[in-house]
Amino acid sequence: MSFFSKIKNKITGQTEAATEKFRTGMARTRNSFSEKMNNLVKRYRKVDEEFFEELEDILIESDVGVTTVMDLVEKLKDEARTRNIKDSQQLKDVIVEVLSDFLAKSKEETALRINPHGLTVMLMVGVNGAGKTTTIGKLANRLKSEGKNVLLAAADTFRAGAIEQLQVWGDRTGIDVIRHQEGSDPAAVIYDAVQAAKSRGVDVLLCDTAGRLQNKVNLMNELGKIKRVIEREVPGAPQEVLLVLDATTGQNALNQAKLFRQTSDVTGIVLTKLDGTAKGGIVLGIRHEMDIPVKLVGLGEQVNDLQPFNADAFIYGLFAELFSESEDDPS
Amino acid sequence: MAFEGLADRLQQAMKNIRGKGKVSEADVKQMTREVRLALLEADVNFKVVKSFVKTVEARAVGQDVLKSLTPGQQVIKVVQEELTALMGGEQTKINFALKPPTILLFVGLQGAGKTTSAAKLAQYLRKTHNKKPLMIAADIYRPAAIKQLQTLGAQLKIPVFSMGDKVNPVEIVRQGLAQAAADHHDLILIDTAGRLHIDDNLMEELEQIKTISHPDEIFLVVDAMTGQDAVNVASSFHERLGLTGVIMTKLDGDTRGGAALSIRAVTGTPIKFVGMGEKMDALEPFHPDRMASRILGMGDVLSLIEKAQASFDEDKAREMEKKMRDVSFTLDDFLDQIGQVRNMGPLDDLLAMMPGANKLKGMKNLSIDEKKIDQVEAIIRSMTPSEKNDPEIINASRRKRIALGSGTSIADVNRLLKQFKDMKKMMKQFMGQAKGKKRKNPFNMPFM
Repeated sequence: MSFFSKIKNKITGQTEAATEKFRTGMARTRNSFSEKMNNLVKRYRKVDEEFFEELEDILIESDVGVTTVMDLVEKLKDEARTRNIKDSQQLKDVIVEVLSDFLAKSKEETALRINPHGLTVMLMVGVNGAGKTTTIGKLANRLKSEGKNVLLAAADTFRAGAIEQLQVWGDRTGIDVIRHQEGSDPAAVIYDAVQAAKSRGVDVLLCDTAGRLQNKVNLMNELGKIKRVIEREVPGAPQEVLLVLDATTGQNALNQAKLFRQTSDVTGIVLTKLDGTAKGGIVLGIRHEMDIPVKLVGLGEQVNDLQPFNADAFIYGLFAELFSESEDDPS
Repeated sequence: MAFEGLADRLQQAMKNIRGKGKVSEADVKQMTREVRLALLEADVNFKVVKSFVKTVEARAVGQDVLKSLTPGQQVIKVVQEELTALMGGEQTKINFALKPPTILLFVGLQGAGKTTSAAKLAQYLRKTHNKKPLMIAADIYRPAAIKQLQTLGAQLKIPVFSMGDKVNPVEIVRQGLAQAAADHHDLILIDTAGRLHIDDNLMEELEQIKTISHPDEIFLVVDAMTGQDAVNVASSFHERLGLTGVIMTKLDGDTRGGAALSIRAVTGTPIKFVGMGEKMDALEPFHPDRMASRILGMGDVLSLIEKAQASFDEDKAREMEKKMRDVSFTLDDFLDQIGQVRNMGPLDDLLAMMPGANKLKGMKNLSIDEKKIDQVEAIIRSMTPSEKNDPEIINASRRKRIALGSGTSIADVNRLLKQFKDMKKMMKQFMGQAKGKKRKNPFNMPFM
């Protein structure tokens, strides 16, 4: 049984709908990637130095990052040697296997951590324009449909229109938003929201924050303060500090992960805008260089296009065509 | 501190070559390997990197280097020249319509910073070109996008035309243009919704907006942190709309900003402005040549000088110079100077522009605490005029009062007084030495 069949079987056990979302959402990503892979395989029948160089380029073009690509290709060379693979067709399976290893090497729970006995607080952090507010809107909708009592905190008091943007999501989903004036202290908004959440017996409080570039020391300190307010008011919270990351981001995503983790102990990553042509290869880089798991993936503009991250499904989405071709067309 | 990482890498790569008398082919190979890695890690598109490295290699191994007296410098020069050429050579200016109004269209992916950039540019052109701008809010999709533009408009006192989010954007633009004509606006900025370059319907909407508005500039707004995909995004938008310029945003982050290099190289579209911060005046013209120097860690002296010229009051500077010469420089003058330097922008940014600043040990992680400077200002402001003129009279009880008044401690006051004294002493020495020779610089501050 080839590696893909294994993954496929594994996935058929899961909800069809979720897998389908990955398939359609990542159609473009997959197309361009597997097209190139197939071209590569067609052009080079033999597995040689040139083949690996070309493979390196493909991975680099997917934003995987030079360091990770080097390690990955080294590993592939080893595999090819030990398994005595000379034909590039055969190597395809190995490539997929190794990539999956990279993504799933640690078995962290990619599910969101929810406190079963009371209030769960989730904090969204990230650079400007990554999609924090939109992610909160979609996530709120998702949690509400699961029967949770949700509350939103509009702690992006800086950007013009940010509070209104979250309010629109609140209105759409029928969820209350705790808000202050634009320009007020975000930590105060969070404090009020936590008090409100406690007194109303809310299950999940989702906190929006202003976008900030990770090298702005003062703004990062502000984030630390916000987190401390939550920690002080709700023991054990925040259960999740989610770094929202634009899939089109290049290597700077590694810096983002590093510095946001320093100030706010990021527990997971939300990878947004994966429905474009960006390959999201930075996921491999982040998994490889840091221990932060990807927890959610944004696959489109619709309210239910935010999906839990699933490494197997992700790879399946990435390589589905590559896989079906090699099965249907054994040449 | 954009590109700082890249500058570090290239400097590291060239260290070996710098000290040598001659450059061997192997040296060049080693260096270009490092250059390649550095550029890739900086998110420069890999195809662009390939051709760049080839060009540098060909020129570096060629005769002009081997025959030159300082081959190391020659290589650096080659890299810098090629880098500048890659980024578009000369700075490109904005195209104003021969017959007003000038119409600017902003397009790009979601979250790139279109709305913010539109507002920044409106105020920039009002300030530099005395324009009368109108902003049209044509993003009907993202919740509260119109509200965002309206808020910025209100802040900057620039009118915003909007028809809510129920009207087709093409219609909004049509009526917005009519409104602008009626109100005699000579600059119109159209803010559109973020969209994927592969979203056919929304791209068609942009084509329609273009058809009815005949924009003089179509700006693609791109996040400086974009990875390899920047090239696909830029070329798609370019094919459908014919871009005339690029605005790079969030370049004040720690991204290496390689996308800037690739977009220009692949689409031929010049980068015209860069977003350097969240404040509304944090938009600057893009200077390819200066940026290349900055990449190579040579500092951005030209930008620094320009900033200084823009914010320094010339008469005051002359007066200050005189005061320094006869050492009648008081704490009041010092306060004045702090104010002027602060006018130039965040001190971190200024430091980043100084040549060699990123080579100094520890400089990389140094961030000037603006609060400390607030403190200095507070202390001086808590002094009486006679104290400011003659700090010598400040005795223990005065110190206590000043500390109380400024919300600082006596130790803080002491430190400042000592630093000021040292500074004056230095000035005296300096003036003695440099009499009639060089113009001194007024940047000698106790907190730096």
